[in-house]
Amino acid sequence: MTNMGKRRFSLPTLLETIAAWGLAILWISPLLYAFWAAFHAGEYAIHFDITAPLTLDNFREALSQAPFLRYGFNTFVLVTMLLAAQLVVGTLAAYAFARYRFFGSNVAFALVLVQLMITPEILIVENYGTLAKLNLVDTIVGIGLPYMASAFGIFLLRQAFKSTPKELEDAARLEGCGMFGILMRVYVPLARPTYLAYGLVSISHHWNNFLWPLVITNSVETRPLTVGLGVFSAPESGVDWSIVSAATLLSVAPLLIAFLLFQRQFVQSFMHAGIK
Amino acid sequence: MTVSRDLMRHVHGWLLLTPAAILLIAFTHYPMVATLIDSFYSKGSAIRPSRFVGLGNYDSMMADPIFWKVLVNNMWFALGTIPVSIALAISMAMLVNQTLPGRSFLRMAYFTPTILPMIAVANIWLFFYSPYIGLIDQIAGWFGLPGHNWLGDPDTVLPAIIVMTIWKEAGFFMIFYLAALQHIPPELREAARLEGATRWYFFRRVLFPLLMPTTLFVLINAVLNSFKLVDHLFVLTKGGPDNASNLLLYYIFESAFSYFDTNYAATLTVVLLALLAVMALAQFFVLDRRIHYR
Repeated sequence: MTNMGKRRFSLPTLLETIAAWGLAILWISPLLYAFWAAFHAGEYAIHFDITAPLTLDNFREALSQAPFLRYGFNTFVLVTMLLAAQLVVGTLAAYAFARYRFFGSNVAFALVLVQLMITPEILIVENYGTLAKLNLVDTIVGIGLPYMASAFGIFLLRQAFKSTPKELEDAARLEGCGMFGILMRVYVPLARPTYLAYGLVSISHHWNNFLWPLVITNSVETRPLTVGLGVFSAPESGVDWSIVSAATLLSVAPLLIAFLLFQRQFVQSFMHAGIK
Repeated sequence: MTVSRDLMRHVHGWLLLTPAAILLIAFTHYPMVATLIDSFYSKGSAIRPSRFVGLGNYDSMMADPIFWKVLVNNMWFALGTIPVSIALAISMAMLVNQTLPGRSFLRMAYFTPTILPMIAVANIWLFFYSPYIGLIDQIAGWFGLPGHNWLGDPDTVLPAIIVMTIWKEAGFFMIFYLAALQHIPPELREAARLEGATRWYFFRRVLFPLLMPTTLFVLINAVLNSFKLVDHLFVLTKGGPDNASNLLLYYIFESAFSYFDTNYAATLTVVLLALLAVMALAQFFVLDRRIHYR
């Protein structure tokens, strides 16, 4: 990873260290500021007094003004359901593309890849109409449905399945495994790193998704955190900064904590997903 | 025997693909076609049903100053965010690719904005930009500078949003450069040092060309993002003042769900689809080039 043999403190290294730290502090300061505002009373929002008393009132106030726990539950249900569906649908399709040369498979694969470019958020107008016909407007299933077949997931899993040695499949077949047995006992276990990478990317993407959930939901029972936060902090509602900061932190906390705990996996997943 | 085995292969292939195919056709391919068809029909109402108007919607779009405004805004938004984000991403990746003290903290600091939702980012930055009481004006006040309504002034609203977007995206692009840098053989740097090349010369003539495939990949993704990401407008500006910060996808949303003109929204969507199709073709050729580099 590193290509410097010995650590020497030369002038360029010192300057780079200063630049790197300066940039890093600049980069996290907006987030640190949000923490400051959320844990202090409103009058300290712009007065940085280190002795200012810490308080949880802003969080209490945010929770009493909007049902963030309910929103969080909705997001959790959405993300879990969506990932499960994406994995099942994606695994089957990727297996077909990786191991079956069936009639029209190349054209079908090209048609799948269209979704890499034309993602569902661009087609909100027509998809809203479709979901209205299916009677799924303002349901959590409705938020997830357009994303359940993911071209990105199919593509990643197909790459992983293709790199699985054919001999393992042959061996499994000799042992008497059928089509699904081979898939479940050979391909899926060997693609575990890809599943992890895709899972983390999918969870962070859908935890943060806003536009489509905004369009398709209109009640507390279905709104995910992002939409709840958007409704809560709309400028016309005139709430104060400390409470908005607290609400913002509440909304990002689960993902942020997961990221801080499993930083390496997150970063590697995004790398893995981007390079393929 | 072989014929039936052959047939089974096709049947199995398609059976496995069926769930994905149904979902993709329903929510990607069908809506693309339906968008195109809807763009040829007029807006329907209770008294006057929707009827075929040919290119009528496109004529009104061409005559719509807001359409041109959002298109130009989208272009400035892309030009403002992408080069700076990429330059910062390369710098960040090169900084954390060395053994600097606190390297894992540095990487975390650069990457964290990436995992925050845009809506939360907008919430935080809204306060920075708010006139007089906001953080930026407070700091400006210490230096005796006057306050400014950053998001309320048509001249500063787009730059303000660009700065925020750069903050959000640079760390994401850093990841791809970091991955690329880790695959560059260390002998190259040794060789350059033996030849007496300066660091800047080494970067310009060796590193940057080797990173070109990554830059192209990041570039395509960044352009795509500049069209798809409009979440922040809902919190920060609602496209205002006077559409100075409006972007194409936000205008589509407004047309469909605020003005209830789904046919005009469909016409605008066709333009967005056409732009994305052009980029898909560009990416196709870019990825082709990528393989040659390997």
